Amino acid sequence: MAADPIAQFQIKKIVTLGHIGGHEIALTNSAVFMIAAVSLILGLIYLATTSRRLVPGRLQSVAELTYEFVANTVRSTAGTDGMRFFPLVFSLFTFVLVLNLLGMIPGFFTVTSHIAVTAALAVLVILVVIIYGIYKNGLKFFKLFWPSGVPLFIMPLITLIEVLSFLSRPLSLSVRLFANMLAGHITLKVFASFIGLLATSLGVAGWLIGILPFGMLIALTALEFLVAFLQAYVFTILTCLYLNDAIHPGH
Amino acid sequence: MATKAHTEVAGGKKAPFPPFQGETVASQLFWLAICFVVLYVGLSRMLLPRLSGVIAQRNDKIEGDLETASRFRNESEAAQVAYEKALADARAKAQALAAESQAKAAAAADAQRKQLEDGLKNKLEAAEKQIAATKTAAMSNVRGIAIDTAGLIVERLTGKAPAKQAVERAVDTALH
Repeated sequence: MAADPIAQFQIKKIVTLGHIGGHEIALTNSAVFMIAAVSLILGLIYLATTSRRLVPGRLQSVAELTYEFVANTVRSTAGTDGMRFFPLVFSLFTFVLVLNLLGMIPGFFTVTSHIAVTAALAVLVILVVIIYGIYKNGLKFFKLFWPSGVPLFIMPLITLIEVLSFLSRPLSLSVRLFANMLAGHITLKVFASFIGLLATSLGVAGWLIGILPFGMLIALTALEFLVAFLQAYVFTILTCLYLNDAIHPGH
Repeated sequence: MATKAHTEVAGGKKAPFPPFQGETVASQLFWLAICFVVLYVGLSRMLLPRLSGVIAQRNDKIEGDLETASRFRNESEAAQVAYEKALADARAKAQALAAESQAKAAAAADAQRKQLEDGLKNKLEAAEKQIAATKTAAMSNVRGIAIDTAGLIVERLTGKAPAKQAVERAVDTALH
């Protein structure tokens, strides 16, 4: 009985592929699940769009609903101009969502429970925001830190706060997703371990008392499915909000 | 699969918390970059245009159908208006026709009555004339008879025939 709640986050090397700048590049369980997620997303949407029926089947419905859902999110937060980032936002949403959901299958690895992955995605978003913001608006992009209609004497303070809040964005974006996944999976593991612990130490009585953590486990699993979706959505909608800053700087 | 580098049992030394193990970061970023680029390119170049194409096609179809439906409705409304107008025209025409024929009939009846009345009046006048003529004729006969009778009576009484002119004068004064 693997009672260690941390072991599930262990990245296991399958094959070492080589080294880049002294860093070992290996095919790991994390890589396998990333490849699986990408294959799943591309494969499912490919299958969903093969028949291109006017009255959609189940798979096509799901694909179209996801499309409309993300498109509406982008449109409502970043405006119609934001639709140029639709492929990026759609990729982020489906990637994070599928990785989160794959992690919910017992024994599967949760790629998004590693800060390296979530931070890389967050940095990607912020880089897109900064590069597009400057490309599109030039120096006007920095009006983001210079809100109009603020008295000059508190402007330094406001600017400082704005800069800090901007810098904290990638941090909050990555930590939120990573911490939610990590904490959720640890909690599930801990409650699941309780059942085994009770059963091995108390015998039949332990099995009976074990019903309590088992019920908790069921409730938590449902909650974790919600969290898996919600965190993907939160990541997406925050991405849209930040992109909106790049498209329309100046509050 | 538990290899030496990553597990906590390596020589009793506790390995760092897995998400903070620096040596796994390079592999994660490497695969993340490949996977995300493949996903992004696959979605943006191929799958999302396909998906949006299907949705746009359906929206076009629905829009087209709605347009056709509204065109048909407009057509049927126009047809109804035309029908009602035709009906009103026909009704007005019928009324006009009825009024005309009524007027014609009334005029004809009037003319006939007038003609009848004229005929009757003519006949009446003719009859009155005839009566007057008959009366005049009768009156002139009366005078002749009266003159003759008066002459005979005077002759019988006096034994002598009176002068014809005197009798005539006497009868005339008596008659008038």
